[in-house]
Amino acid sequence: MRNFKQLALGTAVALGVGLTGAMTTAVQAQDANYVPLLTYRTGPYAGSGIHIANGMHDYLKMLNERDGGIGGVKLVTEECETGYNAQKGVECYEATKGKGALVYNPYSTGITLQLIPKASVDKIPVLSMGYGLSAAADGQTFPWIFNVPDTYWDGASVVIKYIGEQEGGLENLKGKKIGYIFLDAGYGREPIPLLEQLAEKYGFELLQYPVPGAEMQNQSSQWLNVRRDRPDYMVMWGWGAMNPTAIKEAVKIRFPMDKFIGVWWSAGDDDAAAGGEGAKGYKAMNFSGVGSDFPALDDIKKHVVDAGLSSTDAETIGGTLYNRGVLNSVIIAEGIRTAQELTGKKVITGEDMRMGLEALNLDEARLEELGLKGFAHPMKVTCEDHAGSHPVFIQEWDGKQWQQASGWIEPMTDLVRPLLEKAAAEYAEKNAPWPARTEPCPN
Amino acid sequence: MFYREAGQFKTSYKADQALMPILQDRVGLAVILIIAFAVIPALANDFFLTSIMIPFLVFALAAIGLNILTGYCGQLSLGTGAFMGVGAYAAYKLTSIFPEANVIVMVLISGVFSAAIGAVFGLPSLRIKGLYLAVTTLAAQFFLEWCFIRIPWLYNYNASGAIEVPHREVFGIVASGAEATPLARYFIVLGITTVIALLIANVLRGRIGRSWMMIRDMDIAAELMGIRPLRTKLMAFAVSSYICGVAGAMMVFFWLNAAEPSSYSIRLSFQILFMVILGGLGSLSGAFMGAAFIWILPVILKFVPGLIGIDLAAETIEHATFMIVGALIIFFLIVEPHGFARLWQIAKQKLRVWPFPY
Repeated sequence: MRNFKQLALGTAVALGVGLTGAMTTAVQAQDANYVPLLTYRTGPYAGSGIHIANGMHDYLKMLNERDGGIGGVKLVTEECETGYNAQKGVECYEATKGKGALVYNPYSTGITLQLIPKASVDKIPVLSMGYGLSAAADGQTFPWIFNVPDTYWDGASVVIKYIGEQEGGLENLKGKKIGYIFLDAGYGREPIPLLEQLAEKYGFELLQYPVPGAEMQNQSSQWLNVRRDRPDYMVMWGWGAMNPTAIKEAVKIRFPMDKFIGVWWSAGDDDAAAGGEGAKGYKAMNFSGVGSDFPALDDIKKHVVDAGLSSTDAETIGGTLYNRGVLNSVIIAEGIRTAQELTGKKVITGEDMRMGLEALNLDEARLEELGLKGFAHPMKVTCEDHAGSHPVFIQEWDGKQWQQASGWIEPMTDLVRPLLEKAAAEYAEKNAPWPARTEPCPN
Repeated sequence: MFYREAGQFKTSYKADQALMPILQDRVGLAVILIIAFAVIPALANDFFLTSIMIPFLVFALAAIGLNILTGYCGQLSLGTGAFMGVGAYAAYKLTSIFPEANVIVMVLISGVFSAAIGAVFGLPSLRIKGLYLAVTTLAAQFFLEWCFIRIPWLYNYNASGAIEVPHREVFGIVASGAEATPLARYFIVLGITTVIALLIANVLRGRIGRSWMMIRDMDIAAELMGIRPLRTKLMAFAVSSYICGVAGAMMVFFWLNAAEPSSYSIRLSFQILFMVILGGLGSLSGAFMGAAFIWILPVILKFVPGLIGIDLAAETIEHATFMIVGALIIFFLIVEPHGFARLWQIAKQKLRVWPFPY
């Protein structure tokens, strides 16, 4: 017992010394651009988070290895583990923002919500690519938040449009039943106002099946209800362990898989593969490339994976979520490059980064130059529009991998945009005094 | 030698009943307060304040709240997280209904709602105790969490379902919202925690505190001696929930800035319970030590590999931290099942007789 106590005392002293050290170290090199990556490879959402984290990390690493960074300046990346937990996310934010962070990509709606008010104060933009607060697409109210290429409301409108196409026109949706199974958090609830509006407009019935975060892997009761209600289509807004569980349950109740459509966050390879043979035909929305047939991904394989600098297996390159992580890093990298062009500086700040992101123009030619032709729809961000409401395609699981199953489908911008503006105004009013936009437009 | 009472004579009942009869304790407390109110604000950076000190103080206050109920009154509760949530949602509603009012006052009033709800869920404590009571408080946890999700009025019909703390000023200083400086928030949290801790320290050694402890030690004997169990137990529930509610409101207003219902889940209840058990049941200083161990240690452990020059992936550090903290919890509970407070007491006793142990 005596030794135990000495050991404990020793540990305590060592920790005390360590703490004082931690407070003084961690100053970044002045000739590099620093990008913290808030990732999660642990916790209930790790199944989805690992692939995203690998994709984000590998593309930036590849730029360092192949081109020596961006504009001749190396990128310094640092992963901070959030576990999809909002408290830890904020802790990561506080721990890294002082090191000259250029941009944050929280990969969690919960963390994004916490960072939104901080972004304008700390002058560091937040990139929530296809997630987070839909209203943030209104750049006049949220100059520091970017949710390019799409908001959840864009996604919800695309899914209804696609179902309408399947039925031979949106007018044929009258009297149909569409089930909506969602993660019962800010993330899953966000599309409901739009879906309700569409249900009223097109006369279909919206059935809601919430899945609490703690019960993600126990969805039997929801699917019993689905079996009883017999909806014509099912739409899923899931993440992490919720996705494979839902697909397994759908297979179990023999729900027709071609009428089951997930959001782009329910489009992972592992998610669909969990359903086995029965999952064939499961569909999901997507906005990042399918497969690994792109020169840039070959470069990642050559410079990063084969060099042993990644925690990715060569086989997972080209998976939906991996590619999504790559697209996230492409947007970051192009934002940095645009900012460097605009300001003429090599090492930029968070404020420059915001300008770069706001002037982002990822057109067809640029995508081809990057070795990513057809990887994503061309994207353009403007001062007013931080999402861009870009087209989305539907992909289908063929039992082994995802195949593109439709062309690019435009969101119903005419419906979504007014809703976005209203939500942004409401947000600003509820959080009054919300700071007015003071940042000039870069273009 | 270092901690000797010899020569400190008490010449009146007042001196004998003082909160801290021993000079060294008073000096120690003064030093801690000087560090907290002067040294830390002068030296600490934003990360230290926002990610270590503010959460630590919030959790310490919540642990004090649970300690009153579980440590001093002997009523096991698993509903702490929900009672904290009630405080948070109440403060949020209050400040959106009265935007002009002082936000600190709103936070303190929010505890009243928490106290009322805590007392209602404390009613079964008259008939059942121990694990059975734990299950009813668990029901409170699930029911209240369900309310936070299902009653949109509570979160002002926000599309995200989360409560977002608005910008509020107190005497011209921004106290909540993103513009609030870490220093301002730290002082508010420190002030509230210190005042409540000192108040409770006094309540505990008075009539009310003693009646709680009588109920804890033997409720039938207490009843025979004239303590009314219902009133005493409900008061413990109310006071405990009040403090937890204030802690929950501080958690969202001065630390996180936004909270989803999942922030107040059963996980939080367990976290606070671990703090109380590890710190020492029935000890106020234990609540602080437990909170420090459960919250500060993992944050610090994350920096250790980088400092000693080992380059580990973020998730490996996370896993390692999990294992180390878990192992330490087991270790400390084996060495001293009564928690850090008891270890500290033993240390004091040893110092008192040093260098002649008997």
